[in-house]
Amino acid sequence: METLRFELATSSPAKGSRKIALVGVVASGNLEVLLEREGPPNRCTIEISTAAHGFGPLWEAVTTDFVSRRAAGGLRISINDGGARPDTVSLRLAQGVRLIEGPDA
Amino acid sequence: MTLDEILTSLFGEAHTVAIDGDSLSGRGTLDGGMVHVLGFTNRAELGVDQAITLAGRVLDIAGGGDGSPILFLIDSSSQRMSRRDELMGLSEYLAHLAKTLLFAEQRGHRTVGLLYGGSAAGAFIATALACGVLVALPDAHPAVMDLPSMARVTKLPLEVLQQKAQTTPVFAPGVDNLVLAGAIAAVWDPVLPLSGRLSALLAQPAFEGDPRTALGKARGGRAMAMDIAESVVALAMAHG
Amino acid sequence: MTGSSTIPTSRLSWFEAGARQRLAALVDPGSFMEFIGPEQRMISPHLQIFDLPAQFDDGIVVGAARIDGARLLVAAQEGRFMGGAFGEVHGAKLLGLLHAAQALRRDLVIAFDTGGVRLQEANAGELAISEIIRAMVEARTAGVRVVGLIGGRAGCYGGGGLIAGCCSTLVVSEPGRISVSGPEVIETNKGVEEFDSRDRALVWRTMGGKHRYLIGCADIFVDDDAAAFRDAVIAALGRPAGFDGVRLAAEQARLEHRLARLGAGRDGRDVWRSLGLPDAEAVPELSTEAFRREADACRETADDAR
Repeated sequence: METLRFELATSSPAKGSRKIALVGVVASGNLEVLLEREGPPNRCTIEISTAAHGFGPLWEAVTTDFVSRRAAGGLRISINDGGARPDTVSLRLAQGVRLIEGPDA
Repeated sequence: MTLDEILTSLFGEAHTVAIDGDSLSGRGTLDGGMVHVLGFTNRAELGVDQAITLAGRVLDIAGGGDGSPILFLIDSSSQRMSRRDELMGLSEYLAHLAKTLLFAEQRGHRTVGLLYGGSAAGAFIATALACGVLVALPDAHPAVMDLPSMARVTKLPLEVLQQKAQTTPVFAPGVDNLVLAGAIAAVWDPVLPLSGRLSALLAQPAFEGDPRTALGKARGGRAMAMDIAESVVALAMAHG
Repeated sequence: MTGSSTIPTSRLSWFEAGARQRLAALVDPGSFMEFIGPEQRMISPHLQIFDLPAQFDDGIVVGAARIDGARLLVAAQEGRFMGGAFGEVHGAKLLGLLHAAQALRRDLVIAFDTGGVRLQEANAGELAISEIIRAMVEARTAGVRVVGLIGGRAGCYGGGGLIAGCCSTLVVSEPGRISVSGPEVIETNKGVEEFDSRDRALVWRTMGGKHRYLIGCADIFVDDDAAAFRDAVIAALGRPAGFDGVRLAAEQARLEHRLARLGAGRDGRDVWRSLGLPDAEAVPELSTEAFRREADACRETADDAR
């Protein structure tokens, strides 16, 4: 398994007050994304565990793109990857932020 | 050891165990007391017919009230893999067999599984693993699934599985791995008579609760199971 | 928060839903508390040996909740992760829940969705299943009801089928399957004449929800609809609890009787004709209501047994 970690600067913090959110499932072509409130409001940490080696630059591109589009500061995002395509990863990240912005569970 | 050698080592001449097809049943005398004997021989397949017959025998013993232990001798393969057995609802028959063994224990009949041959998959769960304590002879060969079948299902080469089996006891068949996991309490080297072993085991009080997760942790075969299970209990109790 | 059943605004397919969606649909809103949730990261220590990704909850969600006001313990397997199969952590979470059910005298609902033992952790998974069966019998002896729900993509196979056979009540939908050996395994071991695993209609006639309901392997038959499963749970919790010699003797008689009455059948259709169904060929096409009407008139039941 390969583990990647990105610490990204963000323009604004994630909204809302939900503490945790979880989207997706670890199935072939899919991934799970766990979001937790952690760290300073202008940073987003994304950790990825994946069996597909050597895709660091692709993950970097997807995660960089994600924080440029969404307010994701103050989040620790942890991913278990089941071999998802980049567009699926982007989708889950967006779903995750939308979920954690929601009202408290 | 052959079945006859095992029975002799356990009871000498003092037993009435008879074989019917690939099932066996009867009684043995140990230390002046009686032991019920049930089980399988000849790599028996466990289908709906065998399971319901055996369950009936266990229920007869459980209702008999003599409080004598049940020794379950096991040389089976897996559950019988057939259309008819599944059509008839094999899962219920195997579950029922496990339930009768647990019930017999509740009614004061200690259940001791002695694995002397094979046992696999659903048959293993419904018989050997349903006993209050499970022991094995050194040349027994329990398996969840044989490695070649596992290779086919996981789509990994057999050599790769064999190599990985060197690094962990968690998936490959065999007595040693199941000892480490906590499933098999002890291996009985037949250099000593089995009668002495069985006497000593029955002389110890029965366990309170299920000791297998603790055994698995102590022996290193399952480092996480006990703590996870206990955590869930603690969280549930705290939640109220 | 007590309250009546939630009124669904749209139908949620149980078959299509994930474990967490199923739980959300089953329980009273806001009543679920998860034990060892994903943020605890209690993942399998064994999958990395096979370069397989872990899931933070190891494929099972366990916790406490209310259903129609009743306090319960609940578990739901995620069939899309490793086929919902039992591994060390997965099994231990359910085992702990059963121990808790006994200690608290709290009824328990299990949404099964499993292919059985996770082969990469075979010994741990197999042992967990045995421990779960023992814990379930102990809990039921203490008066706990265990309600099993079967209708997911992975079905309820292998050791999962044995655990299901130890529940007090089983709820099944048409897509659900209950079996020990899977279709492919039977075909590989005994040949395609014995079982053609690609014949889906055969699979469902042999192992599927309608067949299981007809022979008494399941107790309540519902639509593929989360609201229907919820209503079935509420009904199941009203049934008598218990595990004793009388019940086991009834179970022995029931299972002997099934073989005597139906054991000559070669195919599900033969069994259904023996039961007295007017048109065995039409069973797969019958709607839930029509099927239940016909089935309830002639099916084998497990009342006071199991």
